[in-house]
Amino acid sequence: MAVQIESLKSIPYFSGLNPAELEAIRKYVFEKTAARDEVILLEGDTSDALYFVVSGVVKVFKTSAEGKEQIIRIVRPGESFNDVSVFDGAPNPTSAQAMGPVVISGITRNDLQNVLRDYPQVALNVNKVLAGQVRELMALVEDLSFKHVVNRVAKILLENAGNGAGSPPRLTQREMAAMAGTAREIIGRSLKALEQAHAIRLDRNRIMITDRETLREMAMMAPQARGRARPVGSAAGTTRDEGQQL
Amino acid sequence: MIAMPVIDQGKCDGCGLCINVCRGDAVAMVGRTVAAVETGNCDWCTDCEAVCRTGAISCSYEIIG
Ligand code: SF4
Ligand code: SF4
Repeated sequence: MAVQIESLKSIPYFSGLNPAELEAIRKYVFEKTAARDEVILLEGDTSDALYFVVSGVVKVFKTSAEGKEQIIRIVRPGESFNDVSVFDGAPNPTSAQAMGPVVISGITRNDLQNVLRDYPQVALNVNKVLAGQVRELMALVEDLSFKHVVNRVAKILLENAGNGAGSPPRLTQREMAAMAGTAREIIGRSLKALEQAHAIRLDRNRIMITDRETLREMAMMAPQARGRARPVGSAAGTTRDEGQQL
Repeated sequence: MIAMPVIDQGKCDGCGLCINVCRGDAVAMVGRTVAAVETGNCDWCTDCEAVCRTGAISCSYEIIG
């Protein structure tokens, strides 16, 4: 499938290029579709192409030995994935799966090398894209390794639970992430962990506290949140006020 | 009436990503923005909220102590 020049224009890798340059690059870029839930890349496999989302959404994730999934990035139209393995040639560090029907475009490693050689602007763009991704990943690493988000979510639930009178308080995962100073992607996993500890039960749009004592013990281990503002649409998916304390 | 995700029409730019990911056909384009549709198939997966970059969709949880 031939790729449209319009879709190349919205890709940060190719920003700053004139129409003639984009037209020349277009011949290297292929396009394909993936159905909902289709795994486009599997962690540990090798693949030799860089991909861009044209339409739809792709989730990039890692799976633990116990089968738990951690979303690393949500890739929206114009954004790229598999950047790392296309540059270092090593196996995919993550899997990628279509969240709905998607159209993606791609360029093989060899063709990308040609483009980088002929159009130095693309090399500059690559630096910027990769730096942005490293920044997002560093924030995610901090959340996953140092911040005891599960404990903080336990505390948020205790502090915001209704007592049965009137309409119960409501919080979205995005709001919980903002309150915990973390990424939205980590909240879903934290809620599942609390459910596995039998402290809460998730029932569609309800969070029922089933063991207040366990939840309280977990909440007591929560450190104070440190402020960190994150851009909307980053791995965080939320922005938090600096200095907000739990 | 079953609870549905809430859409802030003022924030929605009509990009359609939520429609793309929803497996319950529970969000649909109405004019230039989207609206939640009670199809009975929304399992509160919250994918629509996750993919929306303008923060227009809220899938809030009632927290019951
Ligand atoms: S993803 Fe957000 S901005 Fe896009 S159509 Fe849905 S509600 Fe609107
Ligand atoms: S919560 Fe899931 S099923 Fe419900 S409207 Fe959003 S994407 Fe669709």
